[in-house]
Amino acid sequence: MNDRLNPLAPDYSHYQLVSVSLLRVLIGWHLLYEGMAKLAHSNWTSAAYLLDSKWIFSGVAKWIVTNPGLLSFVDTLNMWGLTLIGLSLMFGLMSRWGSIAGACLLVVYYIFHPPLVGLEYSKPPEGSYLLVDKNLVEACALFVLVMFPTSHITGLDRFLNKD
Amino acid sequence: MSDTKTNKAEEQQSSQNSGLQFERRDIIKGLAAVPAMLLFLWNYFKKQALDKMRSGEIMEELSLKKKAPAVLKNKKPGDLIRLGVIGYGWRGAQDVKAAGFGNPEWAAKAKAAADRNKLDKRFETYLQQDDLNLALTGVCDVFDTRREQGIASSKATIRPNGVAQQTAPAKGYLDYQDLLASDDIDAVIITTPDHWHSKIAIDAERAGKHVYVEKCMTRTMEEAHAMYAAFDGSKMKLQLGHHSRAVASHEKAKEIIDNDILGPITLVEVTTNRNSPGGAWVYPIQWNSIEDVYQKYESKDRYATPKTLDWDRWQGPAPNKVPFNLERYFRWRCWYDYGTGLSGDLLSHDFDAVNQIMDLGIPKTASSSGGIYRYTKANFPDMIEHERDVPDNFQTVFEYPERNLTVMYSATLTNSNHRGKVFMGHDATMEVGSGLTVTPDNSSTRYKQKIADGIINTSLPMFAYSPGSKDIDGVTSATAKYFAQKGLMYTYKEGKRADPTHLHVADWLDCIRNGGEPRCNIEEGFEEAVACHMATQSYLEGRRVEWDPVKRKIV
Repeated sequence: MNDRLNPLAPDYSHYQLVSVSLLRVLIGWHLLYEGMAKLAHSNWTSAAYLLDSKWIFSGVAKWIVTNPGLLSFVDTLNMWGLTLIGLSLMFGLMSRWGSIAGACLLVVYYIFHPPLVGLEYSKPPEGSYLLVDKNLVEACALFVLVMFPTSHITGLDRFLNKD
Repeated sequence: MSDTKTNKAEEQQSSQNSGLQFERRDIIKGLAAVPAMLLFLWNYFKKQALDKMRSGEIMEELSLKKKAPAVLKNKKPGDLIRLGVIGYGWRGAQDVKAAGFGNPEWAAKAKAAADRNKLDKRFETYLQQDDLNLALTGVCDVFDTRREQGIASSKATIRPNGVAQQTAPAKGYLDYQDLLASDDIDAVIITTPDHWHSKIAIDAERAGKHVYVEKCMTRTMEEAHAMYAAFDGSKMKLQLGHHSRAVASHEKAKEIIDNDILGPITLVEVTTNRNSPGGAWVYPIQWNSIEDVYQKYESKDRYATPKTLDWDRWQGPAPNKVPFNLERYFRWRCWYDYGTGLSGDLLSHDFDAVNQIMDLGIPKTASSSGGIYRYTKANFPDMIEHERDVPDNFQTVFEYPERNLTVMYSATLTNSNHRGKVFMGHDATMEVGSGLTVTPDNSSTRYKQKIADGIINTSLPMFAYSPGSKDIDGVTSATAKYFAQKGLMYTYKEGKRADPTHLHVADWLDCIRNGGEPRCNIEEGFEEAVACHMATQSYLEGRRVEWDPVKRKIV
């Protein structure tokens, strides 16, 4: 995706560039470690998270868990997805695609476990949430990064965009 | 904004560059995140190394094998063993299923349940059982319906591992003596109420049959002595039905205790936690089906009546004879005339587990208390007609002064709050269920330095064993959840889920074919029976009782 196609591609001030780039790197750091920690943990599976799913996607979650092949695929996709998205954001390599993929992944996490009124989960959250949780906030932050790309300036995309 | 202009000018300048000529500015900005990546990697590997060091030091300290314990490697099936079952009630059907003869009615319902809910693995687990090379040749029950259900099991077409339907159905018996006299039976599973256990088992031994008998081994202390006399040194193999001996976590727990990881253990707490009429043995009367015990009755034409149920034969050695009484028949566990109450029925599981893990033997003293606090006629006038004499709340304290140890059992049939099986040592606490955790104690002497160095965190388990943690199960009822938490439903053998009862039956058959002692033989069975009878006697007499090891009697 070329930033010229994006009407919102802004001309950044120095501080704007630094702060948005920092946001990109920090989210990348977080997602990269989430992925690598899961990869390093040979027994990790999303099954418990999915089984505890509530709201309209709980049926889908249960369907995934009851199909071992599908669960394994989802686990692999999750671990490598997080890792690659994290690398993309940190290095600034195809970061807008990485941002879109990351936002989608986080929205999926959110809709499987939304903190809606009346929904209780077996594992208590680490904070207090009402409709909005950190997954949703981080997904929105990634959407902001789609709208305000920086990798063509402060990332490896700078070299790819050279023509 | 001057900054904006600067960046804009920079981008324009950059875009004017031809080809892939990169300026120093491009290199610096394009690789701006590289220091962050280096910082990430440095911290990542530092954390990995720290975790590995901690884990390694803990495991080295614990001297534990990381792999799962080897659980019951079955030997080859060998010669065909012809099996008889005496008492084909709920537990009888389960034991026979574990031997490879799942009742067709059960199989159909389990399959339908699995089709509805793929998390329900009961049917799949049954189908994956090893073929034990058995023939079910005899079924004895004093209730016609159950006898027919047992015979139907011998004709099952759905068998584990695709084993073919056996060629001839089992023969039905009303009198167990006729079954024992039969030449086409090598071994018997005894799943009658407790008041028949010892008499049938002893007669079976005399008839040259191997015996698998459900707990509690006997109803009385006298019967326990008689069983011991019959099976001590006998060629007939006796297995007491404590299938939790086949639970993988018990093997690991024993390894942990043997490695002295918990330090001196002075208190063990075991519990029963149930909260339903079924859990308190207030079963539906007139249940007619293997599954009816938790469900509605299916047909009324085969109900137990004096014509279909041989009441006098069923009462047999019970001390107090009463007229035909279906409540007593279907809910026999509620009366000491037939059963052994919470001690023989449920404490026995936990006592045997602790005995397996710690090799305790018979306690020195037992003190029990409790009462019938909920399941009374007054509280359930529509459900209960005759008052029970077995308590629904029951606590026992066993003392082992020579081991500096107390074993405390607390049972309620009126609350299902899970309380684990907990071994408390000076250095750590171990909680055992289908898996186990070991959590260090804040005031541990052994781990003091490692706690101070931050290697061991006392707020977290330092060791966790979770067999089959990637395998997800759907637990279908409160009682099933209770059993699952206690590891009585499933265990894991070589990574595959298995019914512990199946493994326990397989162990018995291995010993019949290849020699050796079953895991829960007459020695362990006698210890279990004595401990349970001490607990019951203490409750009934309202005093602390002692075991005299010289006279081998409760005083």
